[in-house]
Amino acid sequence: MDFSYTIWIPLLLLFSFLVTGLLGHKMKPIISGWIAIAAIGLSWLMSVNTAMRYFFDVGKVDGAYQTIIPLNPVWLNFSETLHINMGVLLDPISVMMLVVITTVSLMVYIYSLGYMKGEEGFARFYASLSLFSFSMLGLVIATNLFQMYIFWELVGLSSYLLIGYYYDKPSAVAASKKAFIVTRFADLGFLIGILLMSYLTGTFDFEALTDPSGSAMTQGAGAAFLGMSVMTWALVLIFLGGAGKSAMFPLHVWLPDAMEGPTPVSALIHAATMVVAGIYLVARLFPMFAIAAPTGLEIVAIVGAVSSLFAAIIACTQTDIKRILAYSTMSQLGYMMLALGVSGYGGEAGLGYMASMFHLFTHAMFKALLFLGAGAIIHAVHSNEMKDMGGLRKYMPITHATFLIACLAIAGIPPFAGFFSKDEILVAALHHNVIYFAIEYLVAGLTAFYMFRLYFGVFWGKEQKYHHAPHEAPFSMTVPLILLAVGSATAGFLPFGELVTSDRLALETHIHWEVAIPSILIALLGIGVAWRMYAKESDLPDRITQSFGSFYTWAYNKFYIDEIYQYITKSIIFKGISAPIAWFDKKVIDAAMDGIAWITNTVADAIKGIQSGQLQHYAFAFVSGAVALAMVFIYIMTS
Amino acid sequence: MIPGVGLTEILIVSTLMFFLGVYGFVTRKNLITMLMSTELILNSVNINFVAFNKYLYPDQLQGHFFSLFVIAVAAAEVAVAIAIIINLYRNFQSVDVEDVAEMKY
Repeated sequence: MDFSYTIWIPLLLLFSFLVTGLLGHKMKPIISGWIAIAAIGLSWLMSVNTAMRYFFDVGKVDGAYQTIIPLNPVWLNFSETLHINMGVLLDPISVMMLVVITTVSLMVYIYSLGYMKGEEGFARFYASLSLFSFSMLGLVIATNLFQMYIFWELVGLSSYLLIGYYYDKPSAVAASKKAFIVTRFADLGFLIGILLMSYLTGTFDFEALTDPSGSAMTQGAGAAFLGMSVMTWALVLIFLGGAGKSAMFPLHVWLPDAMEGPTPVSALIHAATMVVAGIYLVARLFPMFAIAAPTGLEIVAIVGAVSSLFAAIIACTQTDIKRILAYSTMSQLGYMMLALGVSGYGGEAGLGYMASMFHLFTHAMFKALLFLGAGAIIHAVHSNEMKDMGGLRKYMPITHATFLIACLAIAGIPPFAGFFSKDEILVAALHHNVIYFAIEYLVAGLTAFYMFRLYFGVFWGKEQKYHHAPHEAPFSMTVPLILLAVGSATAGFLPFGELVTSDRLALETHIHWEVAIPSILIALLGIGVAWRMYAKESDLPDRITQSFGSFYTWAYNKFYIDEIYQYITKSIIFKGISAPIAWFDKKVIDAAMDGIAWITNTVADAIKGIQSGQLQHYAFAFVSGAVALAMVFIYIMTS
Repeated sequence: MIPGVGLTEILIVSTLMFFLGVYGFVTRKNLITMLMSTELILNSVNINFVAFNKYLYPDQLQGHFFSLFVIAVAAAEVAVAIAIIINLYRNFQSVDVEDVAEMKY
């Protein structure tokens, strides 16, 4: 069946970007919003239609989902063997991502109508959002590594534009630069990895690269460098790019700062879609990781485990609600990375892969909901700080109910979505290594604690004196909240194991109660502790804080990672390397150029008297020259 | 061909004309006179062309054509030069080159 219309899914957003970006200042702001919503709405319809047809109609051949490439024209043609294509690749993960991206985008676009109302640069906001959705959709349907890299950078650019949306605010400008530079640094690894890999395998194509019985799997396995095969190095470098985008430790520093952007942006880019690009990248190349480079996969697992624990501890101490959610995102992304890292290829061993994709799917729903709920709260009380909030459940009933659903989902309480995916991840971790399981089990408890600390602190607790009574968000904001809450509550019941697996064959999944019951218990414990500490006003939080002492201070200051980076860049790189280079440039290279200019100037000054302005002098010089030349020629001719 | 007058005599005349022109061009201050001097130079060259053609290659015509060509170009050149001189006169009320020495460093 023909899927070539899928190219319009991203292209519609490109048109929306061009129209709202170029003509946005000429039309009424609301019109540009509706243009973008119409574009994403059509894309959403097409994506859902594609998913329905792919998963339930034509995708499955002999029990396994096929890769369909409806379009793959050559984009850059260098030579017979080296050419770069731009096309559409449909397989279970890309189709799933299409649905996730367009759904969350649609919700965020509608929500922004209310949230961004009356803001300066409303059309610019929708133009940047459209650019983002376009690049993200282009990224997931990429047929080759290079196309992915191009859209990868476009995604980074639109993220930069949206974080710096309030460009007259210095902190937003600093945050956007930080996000761009940190991810760009990681992308350098990605680029080197792409070059290494294409050098080894001679292709960029995902289809050739991820064929488990293809020749790409064995190439580069012989040559070793620093104890790992070259192929492993290539994959680890590519993973570095993914870790930068997905805010994995130690490249996570940009994500909390990125919360300077408008809240709908945080929901779309920094929670549901862009930050999972790194997970998607690893999943896309998963057969290579699993078959050609198991060491690389182990690194993925370690990074995921460290990130999830690290972020969960920090999240327990923060007071800015968006930052809590940012660290929670990082922690959940760590879960997904870990699940990929502990997975094997095919059959029961591939449970982690399926669990990771499942968690990506459910996390997109409930994390977008959490951010949009946080946006509604910020909209009502005009502050990001938890201390300015409390007792909001009476004022904002819809936000309260949807936020509670999202908190239950992320904490892993059945029957909400997060329970199912987290259960699969914990089982996969337990099968691989009990240490990973212990870490993730602890993180599950911490997650429940910090999410309900946030929930009780905002909606219960002591009521603050508000300047004006907080009001429920407008209709355009509550509708997306309700729709996403429905998604968060029910997404767990999808038969994910039959749809998305590492080897494309259906995988029998069931709830592992021996893992699920303890994880529910620790989540309930976390919720209980949070309830005891924050539901009513008491001095308990302060006493506990004090008993933790300096560990609390460390966590509160995010373990001083930012300060370490500051020290490395400012004191070591700037002072030790950049300053001497700058000196050399100024005093040696520039000085040489200046010297040449000075010599020319001085000589010209000395001989400028020749230009007397007297025609006779010129004529005399001309004639003497002619005579001299004539003499020279005569001498040459006659001798 | 004039009897008793050979190529050498004609070349002496044209050389004299040439250096008279050069001398006038370098020493005279009046622009019109300088223009006349350049005409002398050009015409000395014309004489050379015609003489060489007549005495060395009597069956060919290139020398004649070249001198005709030089005359045509000289006419055009004079028109341009006169126009420049008239404009200079309007701006400086003089055709003396020493008064027209603005274009220096």
